[in-house]
Order: sequence, then structure tokens, then C-alpha cells
Amino acid sequence: MSSPLGDAFFGLLARDAIGLWRRRGEVLNPVLFALMVATLFPLALGPEAARLARVASGVSWVIVLLASLLSLDVLFRSDVEDGSLDAMRVSQQPLAVLVAGKILLHWLATAVPLIVLSPIIALALGMPRIGVSTLVLALLLATPQISVFGACAAALTASLHRSGILLSLIVLPLAVPALIFGAGAVETVLVGGNPAQPLFLLAAGGILAVAFGPLVCASALRMSAS
Amino acid sequence: MNPLMLWFHKSGSPPEFYRLAGRFQPWLWALALIFGVIGLYLGLLRAPADYLQGESARIMYIHVPSAWMSMFIFAFMAFCGVLALVWHVKISEVLLISAAPIGVGFTAVTLITGSLWGRPTWGTYWEWDARMTSELVLLFLYFGVLGLFHAFDDRRKGARAASLLALIGLVNLPIIHYSVTWWNSLHQGSSINLMTGTSAIDASMLWPLLIMTLASKLWFGASLMQRARVEVIDLESGKDWVQALLPPTAEKPKPQP
Repeated sequence: MSSPLGDAFFGLLARDAIGLWRRRGEVLNPVLFALMVATLFPLALGPEAARLARVASGVSWVIVLLASLLSLDVLFRSDVEDGSLDAMRVSQQPLAVLVAGKILLHWLATAVPLIVLSPIIALALGMPRIGVSTLVLALLLATPQISVFGACAAALTASLHRSGILLSLIVLPLAVPALIFGAGAVETVLVGGNPAQPLFLLAAGGILAVAFGPLVCASALRMSAS
Repeated sequence: MNPLMLWFHKSGSPPEFYRLAGRFQPWLWALALIFGVIGLYLGLLRAPADYLQGESARIMYIHVPSAWMSMFIFAFMAFCGVLALVWHVKISEVLLISAAPIGVGFTAVTLITGSLWGRPTWGTYWEWDARMTSELVLLFLYFGVLGLFHAFDDRRKGARAASLLALIGLVNLPIIHYSVTWWNSLHQGSSINLMTGTSAIDASMLWPLLIMTLASKLWFGASLMQRARVEVIDLESGKDWVQALLPPTAEKPKPQP
């Protein structure tokens, strides 16, 4: 079962995956960053277990959000610089689909390790164990939209030489709803409530972002390249 | 072509816009000033003080119109963004970029007056409640749009990127507006409902508020015209019509490529 679109999509995915594998040290950077920041919190707040436990879930959310900003800068930069983006633009295949592949890979490489890591961080800080499954589920629902917003911001700034703080300035306000509902879901479980409502809202936001995000991202990239 | 479309196309050309904006601008300033003075007089001196909050409730006449403007201007920017992205209207790019600093101003005024109002009524300058927090997020969104625009050397490219970001940011506006119903908080629910005519606010307080709202809209219009005129001149500085505006004795700047 082979179609030109499928070939282009998986071909690009494979190319980027190989690129990521060759720079695998870089892929670990967000994870290391998350671990280090998690270590700073007890040092700053003091080792008192009760206090740490109260902030544990919120802290792990903020850490995930900040860590996922780290690798955004390079998401499209090399494609803009070496002309791959122009090739993607003039190819017969819709740019949005190709971009969706890049976002998917970025999510797999950045968000998934963080999703695995964050329950460990939260538990180490003393979050009660009943919150773990909701934390993971909420992260699974929230990280795709964070990746999509990040990709849009990266696409907007792809032709700039330095995007630095600008990326955070663009992404963080947009990620606020995901953070609120995600952290809210975990908090609800911890106080004994039913997290269905925030989780559904999170899922709704995620579906919208995943459905329309690649289109927005593609038009931003066209703008960057023109 | 019908007259309305013709007018639309004509005023979209930079020299024509410059002329039109220059003609509207003094009127807008004058009306904004008149309504502003009337509204402030009614609000600060004539309207009754709140029986619970006392005189401090008068901050409302500044706070509420600026809060509305802070959201209105963002929606306006997103609207300009659509025009800029879909039809490549140069003037709408200019309007978007000129509106952003005014939006920052109104948002800052909202936050500052809100915080000053919060001290006597809630007992705190800052409360992490949904509305205040989302207003702060709105401020960051404005900064994002402005920052993105200024990061580009090419103004038109920057304006188009900013247009797209303004559109994306518009997603945040409903969240601000409906946050009151999403989270229960210190902030009181919305008490004005013009649609059904069942306002929980007395007419003696409503009128000054509405006049102030009108004044803030007019102020925005006037300020926008003034900023957009400068922006247009800057953007088109190499063009003949801009050169023609200079007095004959002035030293002409070299046309930019």
C-alpha cells in the first residue's frame, strides 16, 4: 500500500528520525533540564515533605512546559537554511501533512520522554500516588497541543537568526489553557474529585490544535520562506 | 463597482489613507475628549457612590471601558490580520501594528486600575484570580505580537507574521471572557446585560459607563489614525507621494530601494 503522499510523509519522518538519532545527545537535553529543575525546587523551598507534596503536581507541569520549549528553536531552522523547506513547498504533497509529520516526530522525541519522566519527578517530590494515572493521561492529552503551538511559533520565527525569548513569549501564553486544565485535572483527583471535565476540555483543545495546527504552521512556514 | 467597495479600495491605498486619516483624526480626538470629559464628570462627580464599596467603585468608569478595549483591540488586530493575510491589504498591516501599542496601553491601564481597586475592596493589590490572570496573559500576547513584528528586518514580513500570531492569539480571547464562568473566584460575575435589558447596574451608573466606553473607542480611533499615519509615512518613505509632502526647501532623503 503505497501512495505518493504516504511515501513523502514517511520518507520525511524517516529522514528526520535518522537526523535525531545522530544528534541523540541533544534529544536528551530536555530530560536533563527537567531533572535539574526538579532538583532545584526542594533546594529552594526546603526539604519539608508536606510543602513539597503540595506543589509537586504543579511543579512537574511547569517543568514539562518549560522543557518542551527547549528543542523548538531547531525544529524548522535547518530546513529553512538548507533549502529542504523549499523542496517541501514545491513538492506535489500538501505542506500541512509534511509539517504534521515533523510535529509528530518532535512530540515523540521531546514530549514522550517528559511524559515518562514527570510521574517520577512528581512522586519524588511527594505527590500522592493516586494522582499518577491522571497526570500521565493529562500529559498525553496536553502535550500534543503544546507541541503544535510550539511548532507554529517555531515556524513564525524560522527565518529569524535569533528567536530566543521570542519563542517563549509566543508559546507560553498559548499554552496557558493546557496548563490550567492539565494541572487542574491532577489537583481534582488529589482532593478526591472526578477529573472528567478538565480532561475532556483538555482533549477538546488537543483535537482542535492537532486538526488545525498543522495548517496554521504550514502557512506560517510559507510566509517564512517567501 | 459599487460605491462602498470603491471607497474601501481607495482608502486602502497609502496616500489616500494618509489623507483620510488626517481628516478624521482631529474630529476623533475632539469627540473622544468631549465624551471623555462628560463621562468622567458624570462618573466621578455625579454618579452615586456604591453603598458597599463607597467612592472606590468609581474606578469602574476607567477600569471597565479599558478592559473592554483591551479585548476589542485584540479582536480588531485579528480582523486586520485576516485582511492582511488573505487580501494582502497593506493598510491593514499598518493598522494592526499601530493598534498593538494602544492595546498594550489599555491592558496596562486595566491591570493597574484593577489592582488599585482591589486594595480597598478585596484587601489585596493582586489576586491570582482567573480574570486578572488572563488579562495579564493578554498583555503577554500583545508583547508577543509586537516582539515578533520588531524581530523582522522586513516590515511587511514582520507584519504578516504578526497577523498570523494575532489570529492564533484570538483563541485566547474567549477564554478571558468566559473564565468568569469557568472558575469561581473573587471576581464578581458580569453584571451588565444590554441584550435582555436586565442590568444589575443602576442607570445612574450605567450611563457614565457607556459614555466612557464610547470615549475610549473614539480615543482608540484617534490614536490609531495618528500612529498609522506615521507608520505609513515610514513604510512608504521612498515613494513620490511622501516626498511631495515635504516642504520644497527640505533636504530630501534618499529613496530607499
